[in-house]
Amino acid sequence: MRNVATFASRAAMAAALSLVAGAAVAQELRIGISAEPSAMDPHYHNLTPNNMLARHIYEPLVGQDASQRLVPGLAESWKAVDDTTWEFKLRQNVKFHDGSPFTADDVLATFQRAPNVPKSPSSFSAYVRGKEISKVDDHTIRIKTAAPAPLVPTDLSTFGVISAKCKDTTTEEFNAGKCAAGGTGPYKQAEFVSGDRVVMTANENWWGGSKGLWKKVTFRIVTSAPTRVAALLAGDVDMIEAVPTSDVAKLKGDKNLNVVSQVSNRVVYFHMDHFRDVSPFIKGKDGSEIKNPLKDVRVRKALSMAINRPGIVERIMEKEAIPAGQLLPDSFFGTSKNLKPVAFDLNGAKKLLAEAGYPNGFKMKMHGPNGRYTNDTKIIEAAAQMFARLGIETEVETLPPANFFTRASQGAPGNVPEFSFILVGWAAGTGESSDSLKALLATFNPQKGMGATNRGRYSNAAFDAKVEEGLRTVDDKKRDAIFGEAMEIGMNDVGLIPTHFQLNTWAARKGFKVEPRSDEYTLATSVAKQ
Amino acid sequence: MAAFILRRLAQALFVIGAMLVIVFFGVNVVGDPIYMLVSPEMNQEQIAETARSLGLDRPIWEQFLIFLRNAVQGDLGRSFVHGESAIKLILSRMPATLELALVALFMAIVIGLPLGLYAGLKPESKASRAIMAISILGFSLPTFWVGLMLILAFAVGLGWLPATGRGETVSVLGIETSLLTVDGWQHVALPALNLALLKISLVIRLARAGAREAALMDYVKFARAKGLSQSRIIGVHILKNIMIPIVTVLGLEFGSLVAFSVVTETIFAWPGMGRLLLEAITRLDRPVIVAYVMVVVVLFVTINLLVDLVYSALDPRVRLTEAST
Amino acid sequence: MSETSLPPVTTTPAAPTREETPLRRFARSFIEDRVALLGLLVFATIVLLALAAPLIAPQNPYDLAAVDVMDSRQPPGAVAGEGFTMWLGSDGVGRDLLSGILYGLRISLMVGAFSGLIAATVGMTVGLIAAYAGGKVETVIMRLVDLQLSLPSVLVALILVAALGKGVDKIIIALVIVQWAYYARTVRGSALVERRKEYVEAAQSLGLSHARTVFRHILPNCLAPVIVIATVQTAHAISLEATLSFLGVGLPQTEPSLGVLIANGFQYMISGSYWISVFPGLALLMTIVSINLVGDRLRDVLNPRLEK
Repeated sequence: MRNVATFASRAAMAAALSLVAGAAVAQELRIGISAEPSAMDPHYHNLTPNNMLARHIYEPLVGQDASQRLVPGLAESWKAVDDTTWEFKLRQNVKFHDGSPFTADDVLATFQRAPNVPKSPSSFSAYVRGKEISKVDDHTIRIKTAAPAPLVPTDLSTFGVISAKCKDTTTEEFNAGKCAAGGTGPYKQAEFVSGDRVVMTANENWWGGSKGLWKKVTFRIVTSAPTRVAALLAGDVDMIEAVPTSDVAKLKGDKNLNVVSQVSNRVVYFHMDHFRDVSPFIKGKDGSEIKNPLKDVRVRKALSMAINRPGIVERIMEKEAIPAGQLLPDSFFGTSKNLKPVAFDLNGAKKLLAEAGYPNGFKMKMHGPNGRYTNDTKIIEAAAQMFARLGIETEVETLPPANFFTRASQGAPGNVPEFSFILVGWAAGTGESSDSLKALLATFNPQKGMGATNRGRYSNAAFDAKVEEGLRTVDDKKRDAIFGEAMEIGMNDVGLIPTHFQLNTWAARKGFKVEPRSDEYTLATSVAKQ
Repeated sequence: MAAFILRRLAQALFVIGAMLVIVFFGVNVVGDPIYMLVSPEMNQEQIAETARSLGLDRPIWEQFLIFLRNAVQGDLGRSFVHGESAIKLILSRMPATLELALVALFMAIVIGLPLGLYAGLKPESKASRAIMAISILGFSLPTFWVGLMLILAFAVGLGWLPATGRGETVSVLGIETSLLTVDGWQHVALPALNLALLKISLVIRLARAGAREAALMDYVKFARAKGLSQSRIIGVHILKNIMIPIVTVLGLEFGSLVAFSVVTETIFAWPGMGRLLLEAITRLDRPVIVAYVMVVVVLFVTINLLVDLVYSALDPRVRLTEAST
Repeated sequence: MSETSLPPVTTTPAAPTREETPLRRFARSFIEDRVALLGLLVFATIVLLALAAPLIAPQNPYDLAAVDVMDSRQPPGAVAGEGFTMWLGSDGVGRDLLSGILYGLRISLMVGAFSGLIAATVGMTVGLIAAYAGGKVETVIMRLVDLQLSLPSVLVALILVAALGKGVDKIIIALVIVQWAYYARTVRGSALVERRKEYVEAAQSLGLSHARTVFRHILPNCLAPVIVIATVQTAHAISLEATLSFLGVGLPQTEPSLGVLIANGFQYMISGSYWISVFPGLALLMTIVSINLVGDRLRDVLNPRLEK
C-alpha cells in the first residue's frame, strides 16, 4: 500500500514539475469539455454542449451574463411597447464572419429556421412559436404575442442568429463548416471532428473588439471525469470544466492550478407520489398494502426534516454544493428570501411522523438515475440512511438514466409515473424560476403545457393560480414577487423536497483566469490570460 | 472454395437479420429514446411533436417495418442524436478504432509470442516464472483501472506520452490515419497498450502451452536428433504448430478488441466508434446501435472467414467441412 | 468448487503405492508445485473468509441504517461513529471497506463461479456435439456461436440488464451468455482435430457408442485448451463484471461486488483517497491470481501428453 501511496505522491510531484516546464502555449487555449455536442448547427439540438459551443460563433439577440442576468447581445436594447408587443433595437455595424452586415432580415431568417430544423431531437420551437416577428426598419424589430408574454427577451437569449444566407443550410452542412461564415460571434468555426474536438479561431473583426480573444481555441471532448483531470495534470489541456467533486480539494491545493466555482441553477431534489391512494413502492412494516403516506403533508415534512443537508453537502458533494430550500438559489429572479433550507431535526421529524399516524414508520423503495447528476447514487444512498434512522425501512434502486427517465415519466399502466419516491435534478436554463415552477410543480396538464416534468403529479390550485398570474405579468418587479409567492406555496406544502444546488467548477493551469458561470457553459470569452 | 464463401455470406445475412430483431426490440425494452433527447424544459405537446418527427410515436413493430423498407433501399436510418446517417457516423469513427485494435493486436503478438515461447521452452527458469506471473497479473487487473494507472504513470507522472485523444492524422486513400505521424504514435501507444494487456497475457499463455506441448512431440525430438539448429526448430516446427490456436484465438479476439475498445476509448478520450456506441446506448440512439451491430457483425464474419481459411492452410488435416456437407 | 473438494493436501509425495487411484495420483502431482499449493491455500482462505463474512465483518454494509454518510472517505485505521475501527478505511458513502470487501468477495466469487460453471458446461456440451455430429447440427450450432460472439458483450449486458433489471442472478445470466460461445468454439476446434485422429477411428471401429467416444475419448483430449480458457474466463468474468459496473450497468450499488467497489473508488484515485479503489482491487487481484495459479497447475497435471 505504501508503494501505491508514494507512487501517487511522486506522480503528483512530477506532474507539478512538468507543469512548470511546459509553459503555456501563447495565444492558444485548450479546454477539456465533459459532454459531446451532437452537431454544430446552432438550431439543431437544444442541448448544453451544443448551445455553449454555438454561443462562440452565433450570438443571440439577448445575452446572459455569468449569473444568467439578461444583457444586450445583438440587440442593443429592448422594451415592452404594450402587454403583447416587444421592440428590439439591433446593434449597428455588426458584421458576419464573411463580412456582410447584420440586419433585421437575418433575425427574420433565423426565426424562420430555428423552429423548423428537420429531425431535430429537441428543437427551439418553444422559444419561437407564438411570436409574430416584423421588421420596423433595418435595425428594429417588433415581436407580437397573443397573450401577455413577459419572457420574450429570455426566450430570445436561448438561440443564436445566423446570416440570412444560411437559412437553407442543412445540419450536415453546418457540421462540415459549409456555413462557417454565418455567425457574428467572437470565434469562427475551424474544425469539427465528431466525438473528438471542435477548433475555433478568433474573429479579428468582432464588434466587441478582438482584444482578449484567443487566436485559437480547441475544445477537446473528454467525457470520463478522472481522465479529464489527468489530461489537465498532464498538460494536454489548459483547463477543464465539470471538475469531479472528489478532486476539487486536491486541485485547489495545487499551486500551479486555479480552481473557481459558482453556485449553479441546478437543484437536486426528491419528487414523490402525490396522486395514488396506494403507492406501488410503499408498504407497511409487515409488507402489507397501506394508504399512500406521502399524501399527508406531515409525512412529507418529516422526510424533509430527516435529511441532513449540510451532511450531504460536506461528505458527499465535498462542499461543491449548497443546501437548498427552494428550486433556485435566492439570488435568482422569481425566488423567495423567506425560504431557507429545512433544518435537520430527526426528533422533530419522528414526532411529525408519529402525529401523522406512522409512529413505526413504513417500508419504502427509492429510485434514481445512476450517473446523470453529480454523485447521484451516493446522494440517494445517504438519504436512504437518513430515512432509515427516521424508522422508514428504505431500499434503493438506481437505474441507467435511459431506463430511469422512461419509467419515472410513464412507466406505470396508463403512461403515468411508475415510482413512489425519486431523486432527480433540474437546471433552470432561463436563469429565472418560471420554467421550474411551471414544469415541476404545476398540475399536470398537457393542453396547457403545464406540469410536463411533474413526475409526482403534485397538484395545488392556489399554486397553479399564482404561477399562471405570474406568467401573464409583464412588470418585472411584480412578476418577481408573484413567482416568489408561488415558490413559498409549493415549498411550504412540500410539493417536492429540494436537497442542494450544485456548484459549477472549473480548473485551469496558472496563467489562465476563468470567470465561473451559473449555467454550465464553458466559454472561451470567460477565460483571460493572466 | 467459392461455394464455401457464398454459404458463409448467406449465413452472415441470417446472423445480421437475427441481430437486427434482437437489437431493435431489445433497445425498445430499455426505454423510450424521447426522454433522452428532448430538453427537460419542453412541454408535453412539444415532446409529442418531436416523437412524431422522429417516428417514435408509432408502435415498435411499425417502426421496424419502416426501418426494413428503408434498409432494403440502402438507408439504415439517421442517428436520433446527431441527425446524420448512422452508418456514415460509424464509418467516420471506424478508422480510429481499427487503428487502435490493430496496434493492440500487433503489440499482443510482438510482446506475447516471444515471451510465451521462452516460457514454454524453458519452463523451469526464473525468467519464465516471472513471465507467467506477469501474464497472470495481466489477466487479473480490470482494464479501466489499468488505463488510469497508465495515464497516471506515463502521462501525469513521467510526462512521456499524452494522456488523451488521437494524434495528428494524415489522409491516405481517403482514410484518415494517425499511424503515419510521430504525434499519432505517441497518442496511440498508451490506449493500445491498455487494450492489448489482456491479449498479451493470452498470447503468452497460448504460446507457452503450445511450445511446451510441441517440444515433447516426436517430430520435434526427431528434428533435434537430426541435429537441426535450435532456431530452425523453434522457427519452423514449433512456431508452425502453435500458430494454429494463436491464429484462431487472435482472429476471434480482434473482433472483441474492436467491440471492447468501448472502455479504453472512454478512458483515453479516443474518438472511435466504441465511444460512439456507448454514447448511443446511454442516449438510446437506436439507429446508431443497430448500424454499429451490423458493422461489427460484417467485420466479424469476415474475420471468421479469414480465420477459417488460414486455419485450413496451416493445418491441412482440417478441411473446410461446411463446404463438403 | 472442485478445488475445495480435493483430498487433504497433507499427504507427502510418497513413493507410488501399488494401487494408486487416478485422483490420488492427480492430487499428488498437483501439490508438487509449491506455488500452486500456495495459490490453492490462498484461494481456500478467500472462500472461507467470504463464507464467514456475516460472522466476522464489523458492519453489515448492505444495511443502510448501519452505514453513516458522516463516516465517508475515512482513511484506514479511522474509528467509525459507531465505535469500531475501520482498518481499511471507508468508501464514499461511509461503508466500512473491510466489511464491504468481505461481502463483495461473496458476490464476486459467486458471480465468477456460477457463470463460469454454467457457461463451461453449456459451451463444452454444445461444442462437442457440433464437432462430433457435424453436418447441419454443426452448422446451426456454429452459426449460433457466431451470432453470440458478434454481439459485443457490453451491448448484451446492457440490454439484458435493462430487460431483466439489475441483480446478481441477472448478471450471471448475462455473463453466461457472453462466455459460453468461447468454450463451444474452442472445444469444437480441438475436437475437430481429435476426431480425425486414429484412436477415435479405432474406438468407432470397436463399436463403442457415440456418447462413450465423445465423453471418454474426445473430451479428455480437449480439456487442456478448455482449462486455459476456463481460467481466462473466470478471471475475465469477474473483471468483466467490474467493467460493466464501471459503465454503469453492473451490479446494483447497494449490494456491491468487488467490481462495484473498485469502480466507485475509481473517481477517488487522483484525489488521494486511494484505499477505496486499491483495497478491493487487491482483494480482486488475489482472488484471480490464486484461481489462475490453481488453474495453471491443473492444466499441467491434467494434460496427458505432458505427463508422459
